[in-house]
Amino acid sequence: MKFNWLEFTVGCFLAAGIAAAVILALKVAGLTMTGGSADYYTVYGNFSNIGSLKVRSPIKLGGVVVGSVAAIRIDPRTLRPVVTMKIDRTYNELGSDTTFSVLTSGLLGEQYLGIKPDFASMDDDGNPSYLKDGDTTNFTESAIVLEELLGKFLYSLSSGKDSAQ
Amino acid sequence: MPLSLIQSLGRRGVSFFTALGRALLMLLHSLVGKPNFRRHFPIFVEQLYATGVQSVMIIIVSGLFIGMVLGLQGYNVLVQFKAEASLGPLVSLSILRELGPVVAALLFAGRAGSALTAEIGLMKATEQLSSLEMMAVDPLRRVISPRFWAGFVSLPLLTFMFSLVGIFGGKMVGVDWLGIDEGTFWTGTQAAVEFYQDIVQGMVKSVLFAFIVCWVALFNGYSCLPTAAGISRATTDTVVHSSLLVLGFDFVLTALMFN
Repeated sequence: MKFNWLEFTVGCFLAAGIAAAVILALKVAGLTMTGGSADYYTVYGNFSNIGSLKVRSPIKLGGVVVGSVAAIRIDPRTLRPVVTMKIDRTYNELGSDTTFSVLTSGLLGEQYLGIKPDFASMDDDGNPSYLKDGDTTNFTESAIVLEELLGKFLYSLSSGKDSAQ
Repeated sequence: MPLSLIQSLGRRGVSFFTALGRALLMLLHSLVGKPNFRRHFPIFVEQLYATGVQSVMIIIVSGLFIGMVLGLQGYNVLVQFKAEASLGPLVSLSILRELGPVVAALLFAGRAGSALTAEIGLMKATEQLSSLEMMAVDPLRRVISPRFWAGFVSLPLLTFMFSLVGIFGGKMVGVDWLGIDEGTFWTGTQAAVEFYQDIVQGMVKSVLFAFIVCWVALFNGYSCLPTAAGISRATTDTVVHSSLLVLGFDFVLTALMFN
């Protein structure tokens, strides 16, 4: 076959364009080929206020990202937010009393879920118990809302003044 | 005096709508019909080389520099708020949503659109289009259609390259020169960029821009006055009109997509 420079460069051009699209999808948008269900396990957390936590917000254990928020919805019965958390299967020895709290990175940064592991979680027979796929946990700490904090502060100020009089 | 003013206004209005109608008919005649792949595919590949491959260099170099400038300017502002971690989302979102499709389309209009107009205008001036018709070859199908499809395919691919190179340019400045942590940069980027919301919608823009630029360039060439001055006028018109249309439609699309 005769080498055709024009067709060769056009082929390279098309391949480079498609490769750029794939790299954008994988590296920049963070899409994964595996679909993820095999490498993650799902835990549901009942919160009372999630602040500005979003879908895909990171879940961090000691600052290291170990998973992400997969979905956020409201339980129609309790009217409280339920956060679906996908956690990497490598970290499958989180005690069942582990606390999940909504934290903020930096002063104005994004909100994320911080994990505080509990190493003394036992089931009824005294064996260590871990969070499993599909578990629901109530050990959560809600986001700090600035207005509520200020409201409490002002309330405590005024009540302190009243008692002084 | 007022009568002639109204007359000239009417003449302009009529000629504007006539041009619009001619442009639509030209597009329909060149695109609608039984495709002749065996005969037109080699021309398509040739045009892909002229519009796509030869634009790669300018697209990549400008993408790199735009990304680097965004990284530098973004860093200088964000560092005042100790928010350097947001540089990744800043660079990647602004490039994927706006700068990538728009700047690539503007460059493409200047680099490839003007060349298309000049080429077809000269074909018309030297009566090559009429000669094709004399030989019972439809110039719309033989000349216009492959050029249109080649540009239509090239620009989205060029936009992908532009966006990728731009984001890596921003990463180079932010991470490698100014010392933002690489993990922070990519985690922030991946958390902020949604595949459908940002990448796919940016590409929708780019496809529409490709359509606009190719259509304007081909029509201006096809309908130019067959003189030296006419060709120069048509080439200028191509760059001006397609740039303005791209920027205008960018606003409309942004308002539709990201509100």
